[in-house]
Amino acid sequence: MKFSQEQMERYSRHIILNEVGVKGQIKLLESKVLIIGTGGLGAPAAMYLAAAGVGTIGLVDADTVELSNLQRQIIHSTKDVGKPKVISGKETINDMNPDVKVMTYHEWVSSANITDIIKDQDYDFIIDGTDNFPAKFLINDACVLLHKPFSHAGIIRFSGQTMTYVPGQGPCYRCVFLNPPAPDLVPSCKEAGVLGVMGGIMGTIQASEAIKYLLGIGDLLTGRLLVFEALDMEFRTVKLASRTNCVVCGENPTLKDLIDYEQRACEL
Amino acid sequence: MKIRVNGNEVLLEKAVSLKELLTLQQVRTPEYVTVQLNDGFISASGFEDTTINDGDVIEFLYFMGGGQVK
Repeated sequence: MKFSQEQMERYSRHIILNEVGVKGQIKLLESKVLIIGTGGLGAPAAMYLAAAGVGTIGLVDADTVELSNLQRQIIHSTKDVGKPKVISGKETINDMNPDVKVMTYHEWVSSANITDIIKDQDYDFIIDGTDNFPAKFLINDACVLLHKPFSHAGIIRFSGQTMTYVPGQGPCYRCVFLNPPAPDLVPSCKEAGVLGVMGGIMGTIQASEAIKYLLGIGDLLTGRLLVFEALDMEFRTVKLASRTNCVVCGENPTLKDLIDYEQRACEL
Repeated sequence: MKIRVNGNEVLLEKAVSLKELLTLQQVRTPEYVTVQLNDGFISASGFEDTTINDGDVIEFLYFMGGGQVK
């Protein structure tokens, strides 16, 4: 692969970094990242990955843009209200960086489609930008079963958390949280509220993890849960214990088929 | 005795069980909180029988998606 003059200039601040360089930038351009959910977390993650020159970005979302999304889902604009989020996201990315090929999946993930979506472009890394626990467990299980690395994140009110799963390098999301909570126990963002910037902070951390993984640099949030409290402005990483009897990633896994847990609508 | 809960120092007058600590820390839905005591997970069925000792490091890990269970 050869860089054009325009690409040399566009990615010059990356190329100058020893840890990236021309080789790393080519790696990014040849990489494929799937972003599930183009809301509070997925929007900033997608935008930074697009700006960074990740060559293929997949967007999965069945939703259409609503006015109440715009306080935090910065990939969408006022003119996009009513448009499918994946289309609005694709247009923003195309405007930002013509080097990026955007794949759109205008559907919710379920046990029936998630494997095909991940395999569609044989994505290198998956970002969980979803807002609900059934989807989070589904993404975890699918990634573990397909041996794919992914970044989990969740936000609510003034709090956020994120961790990275890489096959064989630490606990998965299910190791930590076992099973989704009962649907009626979880207040949604709609009910609980969320500070708009929370998605930006946690979503860009997810994008950083994806880039680090693709480049093979630094230490990932594997085996660690990063917890952020915006009101105290405190980041803490909790070293996670391992669960050798995890039903999906443990020594004797029993979970072989993906599960569709009962879902309650919530928008992140 | 002194313990650490989610990074904060907590002083306890007497030894308590993990179940009592969850109440003291006002965790509303203890069945949905992942508890790490020092280097291991403690399952919900073990909360009553687990005694908290001086110097223990405890992490309550909460579900956080588009909602949080605390």
